[in-house]
Amino acid sequence: MSLSRGLRRATFWCLLILTLAFLLFPLVWMALGSFKTQVDFMAYPPRWLFRPTLANYEKVLIGGDFLKFTWNSLVIAAGSTAMSLLLGVPAAYGIARYHQTRLGVAMLAARMAPGIAFLIPWFIVFSKLRMVDTYLAVMLTHMVVVLPLVIWVLVGFFEDLPRELEESGLIDGCSVLGVFRRIALPLARPGIVATAILGVIASWNNFIFSLVIAGNSTRTLPVAIFNFVSYDSLNWGGLTAASSLITLPVLLMAFLVQKHIVRGLTIGALKG
Amino acid sequence: MAGGVERWVERHLRWILPAPAVIAMALLLVVPLVYTAYLSLHEWYASSVLGPRLVWLDNYAQLFLRDERFWPAFRVTLVFTVGAVALTVTLGLGIAHLLIRNFPGRGLARTLVLLPMIATPVAMALVWMTMMSPTIGVLNYVLRSVGLAGSAWVSSPRSVIPSLLLVETWMWTPMTALICLAGLATLPSEPFESARVDGASGWQIFWHLTLPFMRSTLVVAALFRTIDALKVFDIVYVMTEGGPGFASETLNLYVFQTSFKYLNLGYASALIVVFFTLILGASMLLIQVRRSPP
Repeated sequence: MSLSRGLRRATFWCLLILTLAFLLFPLVWMALGSFKTQVDFMAYPPRWLFRPTLANYEKVLIGGDFLKFTWNSLVIAAGSTAMSLLLGVPAAYGIARYHQTRLGVAMLAARMAPGIAFLIPWFIVFSKLRMVDTYLAVMLTHMVVVLPLVIWVLVGFFEDLPRELEESGLIDGCSVLGVFRRIALPLARPGIVATAILGVIASWNNFIFSLVIAGNSTRTLPVAIFNFVSYDSLNWGGLTAASSLITLPVLLMAFLVQKHIVRGLTIGALKG
Repeated sequence: MAGGVERWVERHLRWILPAPAVIAMALLLVVPLVYTAYLSLHEWYASSVLGPRLVWLDNYAQLFLRDERFWPAFRVTLVFTVGAVALTVTLGLGIAHLLIRNFPGRGLARTLVLLPMIATPVAMALVWMTMMSPTIGVLNYVLRSVGLAGSAWVSSPRSVIPSLLLVETWMWTPMTALICLAGLATLPSEPFESARVDGASGWQIFWHLTLPFMRSTLVVAALFRTIDALKVFDIVYVMTEGGPGFASETLNLYVFQTSFKYLNLGYASALIVVFFTLILGASMLLIQVRRSPP
């Protein structure tokens, strides 16, 4: 009996370690590679022990326009998330309070549409308005991903608020709008913060919209690193250093709001 | 007067609250979609000085009957999607079973498992490219050191789809694992306890209790994965650009090339309409499966 229990426990730990190894290996490999010299990176068999160098980071940060692209990514992520929250918070509250499931389903439909379906009309419109390669244009396109996500996740948070508090607010003579502003909004603040972070991550990681709508002056990090590789495909040290720098902020955000991310994403998913 | 406005707002709040978001979505999503459908009936190159010329259903006839790239891309998309859904949902359910247990470090493990789906896809696709180098890549090193032959990974038509599936599975299994974990957490405990008392084996419990109870959750996970896998773009564009040849050209990639490389906007619009219909159809099917009793 105790032998089979020990065996089962050993199997469990083996599977868990195997899972984590599979899921984390590329991230570890990226981090290791970013400290390797070209010689160490091109060595076969791959080197696990080597003298770490900061040269890759130095080159990435000082050499090109990396900081400019970072700024672009930041501005666009912040802008598209802020606009999405401005529109999405009241909408999510309305959907949650008045059980407007049909609007919720419309958000799912928005998720189904391929991004490419909007790119042609936008490209035409933005070209006509001479808006290609402006922050506003890229932000608007990112909103197509961020706004449905924000509403989707926030509906779950608002539905979970204790109804009694809002009802007592109504009895005390608050209008529904007043209840929304003075009771629901403050209570939902952790949810809104978590949602904002999800929105920032979605925009930060977006590739296809920026690829088409962003130009030289608004290029975001994912497009920049893709271009970098196209003309310097063998500089693996630089590639992994840049990848680490791009990925680190979003991974840190994931750590900060891990619980909310899990809850937000799965609530959204399971209520569909 | 102000009181009147306030009362009016209060009465119609259920429409006023979502209105700005709905208008924004209509402008950003619905109008472009309608325009794309309209454009799909036209011949128009963005490079041409002439405007769109109405050709009715010619684009669609061309697409279904004469296009040599459409059906292969369709097939690649289907194969990729079926593979991606099967792999991520199965593995996700397995990982959820591990993470539902109580063990020291569970919180940390749950966070670490999240990371692949949070990391920037383009950056991670590039990192996987370095790992998949046929000559000096670390994956072939691992394969060779356990006595297997190295693979050509994305540089051979035969191994390119499995290679992309590997990256896709790595990136999106966390998502299905999370959904399954939430599903497992809401399972009722009584049937499982009485089954254990009756001496049912772990597999019996899994087949006859866990799977039926998890049906709805698994269909939701499959729904999300199907939508995303049909639309796969980032990793394919970065790692293969549809190659070698057209061996990994998915529909999304073909549409992208038609639009922004060949600037054949009318034809690309027809492709988009067909592509979107495919996603919609697959989603409807899964939603039906979820609603209908087993």
